[in-house]
Amino acid sequence: MTKGRLAKYLARNRATDNNYLLKRDVSRAATGIFTTVLLFGLCFLILQPLLHQFSNSIMSRSDLFDPTVIAIPRNPTLDTYRLAARLMNYWGSLFNTAWITTLVSVLQIVACTLVAYGFARFEFPLKRFWFACVILTVLVPPQVIRAPMFLNFHFFDLFGLLPNTIMLTNRVEGYALLSATAMGLRNGLYIFMLRQYFRNMPKELEESAWVDGCGKLRTFVQIMLPDAVPMLVSCFLFAFVWQWTDGFYTTMFLREQGVMAVQMSALGETFSVDYVRQTSMATGTQGFRPDIALVEAMISTGVLIGIAPIIGIYLVAQRFFVESIGQSGIKM
Amino acid sequence: MNKQKGLSKQAVRFCLSDFLRQNRTPTMATKNAISGYLFILPFVVGFIMFLAYPLYQAVRMAFSEVWLVPEESRFGWAWSGLANIRRVLLTDAVFTRAMVEEIGSMALLVPAILVFSLFVAILLNRQFAGRGFVRAVFFLPVILASGVLVGIETNNSLLDAVSQQIQDQNAMRAGVTGVIERMLENFVGGAGMDEFFEYILEIINQIYKIAMASGIQILIFLAGLQTINPSIYEAASIEGATAWENFWKITFPMISPMILVVVVYSIIDFMVRTDSNVMDMVYTQMTLHSRYALGSAMALIYFSAVAVILGIVAFIISRLVYYYD
Repeated sequence: MTKGRLAKYLARNRATDNNYLLKRDVSRAATGIFTTVLLFGLCFLILQPLLHQFSNSIMSRSDLFDPTVIAIPRNPTLDTYRLAARLMNYWGSLFNTAWITTLVSVLQIVACTLVAYGFARFEFPLKRFWFACVILTVLVPPQVIRAPMFLNFHFFDLFGLLPNTIMLTNRVEGYALLSATAMGLRNGLYIFMLRQYFRNMPKELEESAWVDGCGKLRTFVQIMLPDAVPMLVSCFLFAFVWQWTDGFYTTMFLREQGVMAVQMSALGETFSVDYVRQTSMATGTQGFRPDIALVEAMISTGVLIGIAPIIGIYLVAQRFFVESIGQSGIKM
Repeated sequence: MNKQKGLSKQAVRFCLSDFLRQNRTPTMATKNAISGYLFILPFVVGFIMFLAYPLYQAVRMAFSEVWLVPEESRFGWAWSGLANIRRVLLTDAVFTRAMVEEIGSMALLVPAILVFSLFVAILLNRQFAGRGFVRAVFFLPVILASGVLVGIETNNSLLDAVSQQIQDQNAMRAGVTGVIERMLENFVGGAGMDEFFEYILEIINQIYKIAMASGIQILIFLAGLQTINPSIYEAASIEGATAWENFWKITFPMISPMILVVVVYSIIDFMVRTDSNVMDMVYTQMTLHSRYALGSAMALIYFSAVAVILGIVAFIISRLVYYYD
């Protein structure tokens, strides 16, 4: 059977010029193999640290110090997870992070959607100027204005309008205020993406709504928003996962709210302190600093459980991430 | 673009004429302008309060002395001329060097990110088995390389020292690339070639960093690739164009607007990443030493340097970009 097919294929090949068929198929197969090896190799490159962290996290102490154990632990254990969860106050942090992140992401996306629709569909004086300002918010890194931001929020008085200054640093309210005015983490980018998306939607829908006597806000909420749901979800998901791991606004506003980003970056020190205390209690001496391998395993574990929720979200809603920028019809 | 400009001028005229004939009911254009402003109001308020004003303050702080008055819960400042700037650029022993090094590695990495993400995007745009999985993995850095997760291991002082030691050992022992380097040196020689190979090998050594920094860039290129009309390729293949010609004559010009976007995004992203040395110094000045003015001056100097580079690069690329419509 296969022999017959091969013979037929060779006969067809002989009929073409210069072995064209055979050359074409061989080069196609070669490119296919090459790209597959390359792509999966690069995939491994990206996943390797995650796998390494995972295998570190389930190793027992004896495995960590055993030079013959490299990837697969001899005595797998969940002790590191238990300790990391205790040191990070995991469930409490998870709850705090979840509600704070959801709150600010929703505020950001609501604000950005309104602004983006305004830019996409209305003509008003100075429109180009204000849109240039949107681009400016994308380009100016918030780190540049860190000092005045911190001082303004630490002694917040709304340009001297309030009688007393309020301290808004280390408080969720401060960041909520930023989010509601579309100035949160990477909000310029969301405004840009949503504006592109609204611009590409057909105008006829709104025109017929207007003819039927529907107001501007109602048209926006009832006609435009339902069609924009996939894009809104994409932007919300980006806002959510980036907020989850953000360091900049977190250190300014959420340092004492026990959010995951703070717990993850502090875990190395927390663990060292805890270890010194434990050993000093056990031996009655000053205590020892933990070995480097232990700290590394601890940080790996902390990062893994810290980002587990957003990795889960990413795996479930991967489509929204991948299609987001394509959907917006981005063009410069 | 021209059409838009004309319309908004018209809108201004309408608004003014409405304003002059006060008792008339407002025209459609005025109503539109008002609702437009209502929609973008959050941004206008936020921009003035939390970007424009702080930016002005940051510039002022760079030329001032700033101190805290905790009893009265406010901060004070006084003009001090170029003192901060002089201190950062001339007195500070590490800052200028860190900044130059940072910009140097930016010049190394950004072109590499550009080539890598375009290459991967073209591969991912084809049909093959397991494409969903590969795509999911390549965009994982969007999460894995964000915020505090970048360099979380090196943030720990203890770990940092050890990893430095390991790197030094590796450099001594000269790993795989070291061997290749020596082979190439023997093989090719020549002064100019050496530097070229060093650049390539440096990039190969940093391939992980590059892959981790390319998530969004791949998405942008993929979006661009999908807007190219397939019938252009069909026509070209009927004319007998090879894949190589297809790339340089169709894909590359069609995607060139995206190159501008990607370069700008990569430069900004590289500049503000969490484990950037310069940003770390700014942060230390502000939080540990409460030297707000000095930190502001550092951030501003760094940002201006990057902005100048950004401007030059954007100008050069925008000359070369090809717009299809």
